[in-house]
Amino acid sequence: MQVDPRGQRFAAALTTLVLATALATGNPWVLGFQALVFAVAVAMGVRRSPYGLLFAFVVRPRLGPAASSEDARPPRFAQGVGLAFAALGLVGYLAGPEWLGIAATALALFAAFLSAAFGYCAGCETYLLGRRLLASGRTA
Amino acid sequence: MDLPGVVVLATTLLLATVAGLVWRRGLGRFRAPAPPRGRAVPTGGRWTVHRRESTPGEGEDMAGSDEDTAVGVLTAEDIGAALGERATLVQFSTAFCQPCRATRRILGEVADMVGGVAHVEVDAESRLDLVRRLDILRTPTVLVLDASGRVVRRAGGQPRKPDVIAAIGAAVS
Repeated sequence: MQVDPRGQRFAAALTTLVLATALATGNPWVLGFQALVFAVAVAMGVRRSPYGLLFAFVVRPRLGPAASSEDARPPRFAQGVGLAFAALGLVGYLAGPEWLGIAATALALFAAFLSAAFGYCAGCETYLLGRRLLASGRTA
Repeated sequence: MDLPGVVVLATTLLLATVAGLVWRRGLGRFRAPAPPRGRAVPTGGRWTVHRRESTPGEGEDMAGSDEDTAVGVLTAEDIGAALGERATLVQFSTAFCQPCRATRRILGEVADMVGGVAHVEVDAESRLDLVRRLDILRTPTVLVLDASGRVVRRAGGQPRKPDVIAAIGAAVS
């Protein structure tokens, strides 16, 4: 499946805003909302996530058709990583300790900001490293 | 407002900006490969650092045989395809890598344009042995081999076409 890279950038920008709000207010509901968005993107694909739909119906009609498309698997993988950090952050905010909530949200924000502002590809930079570590753990 | 959260927010955005600028600057830049690094090896219960010399033919710990497995040399057998007559562009890719497609197109075009240059794409996930041996951390990673298979240039991230051509220049000269 293919996705519009501009939609990914748009979703990353919204994610950055929501996570920044969660961090500034320390409100677990805001983080919970973002975790839900991540979960929908992982389960249904990034095009059917709330941000993906918003892009398709509101933003793209104003931008015109996509000049290029990209594989949907890398952004989906990145959403899964985001979900893991958001879930960890929720545990921190709701059950404590609070620093865990702050740290996990900050890490998710770090990655979302990098992909929104610089087009950073988290899957490219981390997936292989993860595979290497997993494989060495298994053989060691 | 949550004061520690606001402080962490400001710090995170600042660090991410610096990280992003550094990341973008190094993207797709060709460099001569780093010399073999010192490596921590446990001996007698203690961690000592063994500095390895780049003697050709010195065995790599991951590889089975002792011969022809120098860190910086790849054979046709290693990459599963014939080496180019003058140079070879070896691209490591994964499915979770969107710039790998653009990189494939760029390298393919260069290989078609410059005679004696082959483009070989390696699926990094199915070749973790090579990935470890060459210490590849990200995809796409592009290696430029000379006619004998020695790694002369290396770039992480999608390279620009003129840079690829310049790197080939370094391999054939």
